[in-house]
This record gives sequence, structure tokens and C-alpha cells, in this order.
Amino acid sequence: MAGIELLSDQGYRVDGRKPNELRKIQARMGVFSQADGSAYIEQGNTKALAVVYGPHEIRGSRSKSQHDRAIINCQYSMATFSTGERKRRPHGDRKSSEMTLHLKQTFEAAILTQLYPRSQIDIYVQILQADGGNYSACVNAATLAVVDAGIPLRDYVCACSAGFVEDTPLVDLSHLEESAGGTQLSLAVLPKAEHLALIEMDSRLHQDHLESMMDAATQACKDLYAVLDRVVRDHLQEVTTSIGE
Amino acid sequence: YLHVALLFWQQVILCHCTLDDLRVDGRSCEDYRYVEVETDVVSNTSGSARVKLGHTDILVGIKAEIGRPKLDRPNKGCLEFFVDCSANATPEFEGRGGEELGTEIANALYRVYDNERSVDLKSLCITPMEHCWILYTDVLLLQCDGNLFDAISLAIKAALLTPSKIPKVQMMEDEEGTTEIELSDDPFDCVRLNTENVPCIVTLCKIGQRHVVDATLQEKACSVASLLVSVTSKGTITCVRKIGGGSLDPESIYEMIETGKRVGKALHAPLQDILNKEESLGKSREKVGFIG
Repeated sequence: MAGIELLSDQGYRVDGRKPNELRKIQARMGVFSQADGSAYIEQGNTKALAVVYGPHEIRGSRSKSQHDRAIINCQYSMATFSTGERKRRPHGDRKSSEMTLHLKQTFEAAILTQLYPRSQIDIYVQILQADGGNYSACVNAATLAVVDAGIPLRDYVCACSAGFVEDTPLVDLSHLEESAGGTQLSLAVLPKAEHLALIEMDSRLHQDHLESMMDAATQACKDLYAVLDRVVRDHLQEVTTSIGE
Repeated sequence: YLHVALLFWQQVILCHCTLDDLRVDGRSCEDYRYVEVETDVVSNTSGSARVKLGHTDILVGIKAEIGRPKLDRPNKGCLEFFVDCSANATPEFEGRGGEELGTEIANALYRVYDNERSVDLKSLCITPMEHCWILYTDVLLLQCDGNLFDAISLAIKAALLTPSKIPKVQMMEDEEGTTEIELSDDPFDCVRLNTENVPCIVTLCKIGQRHVVDATLQEKACSVASLLVSVTSKGTITCVRKIGGGSLDPESIYEMIETGKRVGKALHAPLQDILNKEESLGKSREKVGFIG
């Protein structure tokens, strides 16, 4: 795309970040009292809410039930006012269904489902404001919500996107950078073991560059892990003090 | 078990309401729960507001788009409502589960707001028959704990009242006679909607012989039926509607309308105060949103 210079000669991006710099992250756990777990995250201007219900008895048809593990049920939806142009439906379109599936697969890899046979865990995520990196914001919010619900995880799941501009990998893409139409890589990582829970790349990239892009994205996920861990610890501190009072 | 619990609550609630002016959570019959209002929470909307009423949590976003006026009112703009009962609120709303409730609420909102008496629709018209502003008002239910209508109406009023980012437009006509819409370049050059007559909704729940405002889920479960009354800041009633099953006798409907009028009129002033305060702070206001 002509016109926008995504990376300046001095090595700064459009919003002034360095190539390997994340946007500002603010998060909170326990936003809602009725759900079993909930969390809210802001990554730059992307805002996402996640709510967890369960583990509980399987709703609907019992045939879905697994005798040796819990099933994970997800729904990804975007508020109709979240995008620049108004969306007609919050969920149910092809893109949201795909996101739902991705989320489900990601969390099946992370949650210790074998601890809850014949039950179900619901994870509902909602994008309130979209500015790039919707999938990663959702995964990060959902991780916090699952932790808030007290469901055992193998490890945190941290997700981040990465792009590739002028031989430099950029991490945590904003909407502007996403819509410029370059290569985009979404990565969900279990940071301690460095396992990948999800990897998805669209459009082509020279194989030689793949490694540097993966490294940048993995590092970004690890940076995110540090932030999420801080949020969880701060939240626990807050809760324990309030119980102690 | 649930049934027993409900019966127990029913007894308690009924007793309290009929005997004295005291409810289970200590409120009197005409008291609202604690309300929190914050505007401008979603930055890519023309106006947005989040309202917390007890545990009920509502987010409203308004987007202004240019469209064609409706055929039956060619010189007016219009409001479009959409209510998304998200699965966040309860797992029952997953998939298409919330659609029915969403449509019911949206229809009530059309009745209350989409008319000349509530909102100055003429000011939303750009050129008659051709172009007008359509205010897409999208309601997102994040948590439900009774009294959705009142919370939604507060959020809609707050979102409409904020300095809405509806840009000024000019019609340009070139030599061939085709018209073009030109938006003002200055992002602060906005039209502000006249919201003097925008009503608030008060829902009254009939419990036993009395009626209460701002019923919680438990109180709602004990009530026969409820009455929705929309009241402007001057105390004019713009819409009355019975909701839910059960029937009400005319006598109690009059009483409920009277209460609704009184409570509704009193609801406007504090809301206006909060919004004025927020606006006077301007950019220096610390945005809370869902953090904190």
C-alpha cells in the first residue's frame, strides 16, 4: 500500500513504537460478580472482555459429553459499535466462527481438561473496541478470566501478532499496520515450556524470514506473560488483603 | 431446591413489601440501587455510555451514519436500535439464545425514543427525501440483575447527551446539478442533539398490594406483572406499557403511573449533574472504564 510508511528510517513505527515494542496493556480481573471468572484487557485501543462459566454440567445434548475430560465451549463476538464501520451482527458470521474455533483449540491445549470429566467450561469473549490484534487480546483476556475462575491451566496462554516490514519483524500490530496488507502471524504460546498453542500465518513470506518473525513474536508473548503475571499477582494481593480486613 | 429457595424469598419479599416500606436489601419501595454512569468509554463511537445499576451492567454505543430518510417521514432522521444480549450476561444467551429478549427490548426502545416528541429528529435531516443522519444505537448487556429497561434508558440518555460527534455537513452543488455532501474538516465542528425531551424509563413491579421501582431479579420473580413508564424531565409521560405475564387492575395502574411520574422526574436531575460534571472536566477527566 502506497502512502503510509510503516517503519521510518529511524526505525520507528507509525504510532512511535519500536519494532519489538508492545502497546500499553492495562487489565483487570474479576470485573463481573455473577460469572465464575471474568477479566478485561486493554491493549492500546483494543479492548476485550472475557467471561468464564464452569466447569458445570453439560448444557444441551448429552452426546457431546466426554467421559475422560471436560469440553471447552467458546463464543467470540464483537460489539456492533466496536469497529470503525458499524457491524450488522455481533457474532455468527464466518470470521467470528473461525475465531471461536481458534479460541477453543487454544484453550483445549492449555486447560487441564482431564480433571473435569463429563463437564463443560464456557469461555465467552467480547471485543468492545477493535484496533488490531483482536485474537490476541481475546486470548489474553480469556487466560486472565480462566485464572480468575480458578480453573487449573498447564501454563498461561499468551498471544501476540507479528508482521514483517522492510526486513524487520514488527510485533503487536495495530489496525493500521494490519490493514496495510503485509504478512501477519498470530501466535499463542505457553511461555514456560515454549509450546505453541496456535500458529496462523496469512499471505506469503520468504522462508528465511520465518524464524526471525517467530522469534520476535515468541519474545513478545513472553513479555506479555510478564505483564499478565503481574496483573494476576496484584489481583491476588488485593483480594487477600480485602479478605484479611 | 431452587424452587424452595424462591418460595422462601417470595415469602420474605412479600412480607416486607406489604407490611412496611422496606425491601429485602433495605431500600424503600421508591428507591433505586446505586447507579454508576460513565460516558465516552468506546472512542470510535459518536457517543457511548456505561451504566451499572446494582449488578446490572449496560454498555451503549451510538454511531451516526448517513442514510436515506424513511418514506413516511422524509424530513426527519431516525434512530435504529439493536440490543445484543451477549453470552457474557448468562450462558443462556449463547448463540441465538438472547435474540428474543433483544428484540423485545429493541421494540420497546423504538416506541419510547424513535419519535419527534422524544428526540429532535428534524435536526438529523440533511436534505429531505435524500439524506439524513441515522443514529445506530447499539445496546450491549454485559450483566443482568433485573430492571434492564431503566438501566438501558439511562445509558441511552447519557450517550445521546454527551457532546455527540455528529459532524456538521454542507451540501455542495456543482454545475451539473449533482449534490455532494461535504463533511466539516474540523473534528470539533459538531452538531449537538437537543436532548431536552429525551425520556427515562421507570419500570414498576407489582408485588402483592404494592409496587416497587428498580426490582432485582428475585423481586421480579415474585411480581405479577410490571409497568413500563417513560417520563421526560418535565414530568410528561410519553409511553406506558405493561410487560410480562399476569394482569393488573386499572386502579393500580393509575397508582403506578403516578409513582412512575414522580420517580422518573426525579431521575433526570442527578443524571444531568453527573454528565455536566464529566463534561466540565473535559480532557482532564480520568477514564475509569472497566479498569478500577
